[in-house]
Amino acid sequence: MSKMNRRDFIVISSAAVGAAGTALGSANQEASKVVIKKLAKTSPFYVNHDGKKTATFCEMCFWKCAAWVEKDEEGKPWKVTGNEIDHHCYGRLCTRGSGGLGSYLDEDRLKRPMIRVGKRGEQKFKEVSWDEAFSHIAKKLDKIKKEHGPEKVALFNHGTGGVFFKTLLKGYGTQMMTHPSYAQCRGPRDEAFKLTFGESVGSPERTDLAHSKCIVLMGAHIGENLHNSQVQDFGKAIDNRATIITVDPRFSVAASKSKYWLPLRPGTDMALVLAWINVLIEENIYCKSFVKDYCIGFDELTKHVKDKTPEWAYPITNIKPEIIRATAREMAKNAPASLVHPSRHVAWYGDDTQRLRSIAILNALLGNWGEKGGFYMSSKLQVGKYPHPPYPKPKYTWFDLIGDKFPFASTPPSSSIRDLTIEGHFKSWFVCATNLMQSLPDPRQTIKAIEQLDLLVVIDTMPAEITGWADVILPECTYLERYDELRVTAGKKTQVALRSPAFEAKWDTKPAWWIAKNLANKMGLEKFFPWTDIKEYLNYRLKTIGSSIEEMEKIGVKEVENKNPIYFQPGEKKIFKTPSKKVELFSKKLQDYGFDPLPNFTMPDQPEEGYYRLIYGRAPAHTFGKTVNNPILNELMPENVLWMNPQVAKNWGIKNKQRIKLKNQDGILSDNDIEVMVTERIRNDAVYLVHGFGHRAKKLSRAHGAGIDDQKLCTNIKVDPVMGATSFRTNFVTFELLS
Amino acid sequence: MKILKKRYAMVIDTRSCIGCGDCVVACKTENKVPEGLCRDWVVQEISGTFPNLEMEHRSERCNHCENPPCVSSCPTGASYILDMTNITLVDEDKCTGCKACVASCPYDARFIMPEGYISKCTFCHHRLEEGLLPACVSTCPTICMYFGNLNNPFSKVSRLLRARKWKVLKPEAGTKPMVYYLV
Repeated sequence: MSKMNRRDFIVISSAAVGAAGTALGSANQEASKVVIKKLAKTSPFYVNHDGKKTATFCEMCFWKCAAWVEKDEEGKPWKVTGNEIDHHCYGRLCTRGSGGLGSYLDEDRLKRPMIRVGKRGEQKFKEVSWDEAFSHIAKKLDKIKKEHGPEKVALFNHGTGGVFFKTLLKGYGTQMMTHPSYAQCRGPRDEAFKLTFGESVGSPERTDLAHSKCIVLMGAHIGENLHNSQVQDFGKAIDNRATIITVDPRFSVAASKSKYWLPLRPGTDMALVLAWINVLIEENIYCKSFVKDYCIGFDELTKHVKDKTPEWAYPITNIKPEIIRATAREMAKNAPASLVHPSRHVAWYGDDTQRLRSIAILNALLGNWGEKGGFYMSSKLQVGKYPHPPYPKPKYTWFDLIGDKFPFASTPPSSSIRDLTIEGHFKSWFVCATNLMQSLPDPRQTIKAIEQLDLLVVIDTMPAEITGWADVILPECTYLERYDELRVTAGKKTQVALRSPAFEAKWDTKPAWWIAKNLANKMGLEKFFPWTDIKEYLNYRLKTIGSSIEEMEKIGVKEVENKNPIYFQPGEKKIFKTPSKKVELFSKKLQDYGFDPLPNFTMPDQPEEGYYRLIYGRAPAHTFGKTVNNPILNELMPENVLWMNPQVAKNWGIKNKQRIKLKNQDGILSDNDIEVMVTERIRNDAVYLVHGFGHRAKKLSRAHGAGIDDQKLCTNIKVDPVMGATSFRTNFVTFELLS
Repeated sequence: MKILKKRYAMVIDTRSCIGCGDCVVACKTENKVPEGLCRDWVVQEISGTFPNLEMEHRSERCNHCENPPCVSSCPTGASYILDMTNITLVDEDKCTGCKACVASCPYDARFIMPEGYISKCTFCHHRLEEGLLPACVSTCPTICMYFGNLNNPFSKVSRLLRARKWKVLKPEAGTKPMVYYLV
């Protein structure tokens, strides 16, 4: 390979196309010289000190790994490392967790409360005191309650601190709570597994990868998504020489670790799954005891897949029949330690619950539920709640508003709240730690909804796009500067983790609990926050598991005895939480609501000539768009690139590293241009980029204008009728060459 | 027991490395490496054509060679081998920033600090003294990195090199590198 630039962190060398090593990364060297000089005296013999570590858990993503924060001998922030006994990280933080300090150090952070003075979206604000901000909000909310009722207020939430705003708004009188991680991410999976097995697979997913002998990944790019313990378990599976089968139109990192890479035509996953089910049944190699003892609807399933042969699936999926058979046999051979991973972000095509149903059914035929190397069982962990008076009963909830639409939605889809807002059903949004401009498809619709509001309150640490549309901005301090709600996990181990502040909050930023509690005081809702401060609240809760803040600050993670075995015991009679108490291969529940009781494949729209399906994914250095401005992580990956098959590049006369713009099927043009990475790692009917880039918020000095935002190009949205998920993979792009 | 020289080696399993860059970030924070510079980095190598592809990820750094050209090429003695080990280090007070070592290193492992002296991976020698593993090894989320003493036949690294196929980078340079890649 060619000689790299010594300042590159990730060097990509592509022997196949003979291209010179492509360099990602590099950054300006001018900044932070002050730090360097101090370092110069101590490096390279920098000696650790015995300063005290601070217990926390990470907020860089939703995995929430328990960690220790350390300062150097001068008392300056130094590093964040994993907590050894924590089962989310086993003592090892991931790339983002290791770079967590960057979220604290970022000079672009929100610093003081602000109230909008210009037109909405114009981004003109004045700095105000917390008291002024609270008075402003309280007055508006009071008016909304009197004129329209409290149910007109909705909370969008993604983050640990959001729970305090739930308390606040429930006390105010609304139950309209939503999180984009449902209908824009894992909702279809959770509902499909509930329909089939009677329960969802949880988060962290209860997949026993470390003991699996055969792992099937369908678009799940473990390794590029750095869900910590799951990646570690995947690493163990590789060490154990498990058979890995990766289905992905892209040669993902996981695909490179696989015995089989199945580069299927995008959108045809369900056809492949039905063909696998066909092979398992036709060849009589499914787990017969599990099906006999615990499943209903096997005869209907057999009939249903009779004609879904590998030969039927071949022209649909482009996967050869012999490969479909061989991979099905691998699964069967290793069952029950054989796992078809249910993935996480699955809102793809608008029929996602049905696709995930097919995956749930396939898992059932492998008999892996409650088995080592399959799905392990959930445990129970009750941590006492701080008592408060009952919440007022709202006159109506989202379920009343929506009627029988999305009958299997267990929580309101954020996209539905947005639609209802456009129709005039809401007067105010609280948005806590989620940048709705990048977490919901088609930001134009989000803006249209915001225009209907009397009050938009945004609580965040960073001046992301959504803050630019706010009426009131409440700056939260980062996770390294605050106590927070406990992390309670009932996975393989039942554990509680504490987040305590390592540093004093910078500027005039405050923890979510403080913001919610003080706003409650202003709104006359103090009875819902009957504790004097967070320590009293936490101590009350911790006492119920025999612990205290004092203890937790020393240990970070407390393990509570798990009385439920994680695997089914031999001879144990399994009872499932479905209406039939069995695993429902055939779903009468779905049938009763007019949906397919067994999953039926329909071909998604295909790209027209000159257009390519836009697919996207994650990179280990970033969590969605929220870490792109992080000074440490931005160095690793400052912008995204567009993956393009060499054949496509040749047809267009596009060279490796050339910069182009993208235009989607509706004529929407990307704001920015993007560097093309010509690579054999992708099919010729799709292009790929990493989600979360192309920030429009000017105050994100590193992230602004870098790369392309995929959400802007997602304007063709199909909605899953079962539970309301929005499709993100139903958009096609063509290329705009720059003159 | 007779005190033997330690032959420190890093053994990295390319089969489980996912190229996530966590080693880079952990090193940068542990060692306070300035913005824009790094002591370790990740190389991704792709071969083949669609759909018959192979990809290898390697976390690379100073190889702490047993025959280090950086030490013999240093005119001031700033580049040296830590006593009783194979760890090569730079004494920043003696270093004049002449870059002779940079030119002699076949692995491009050395770089110049903004203050003008040369820096590179130290195998986190300061951590070893405390009985800790190098920062990169201790954080790697796929546990693909191992560190230990090859003079101890029972060490994990010794056992891995006996049990698995491995390679080193640029063996033809004759530097006897001590970072091994399991293949």
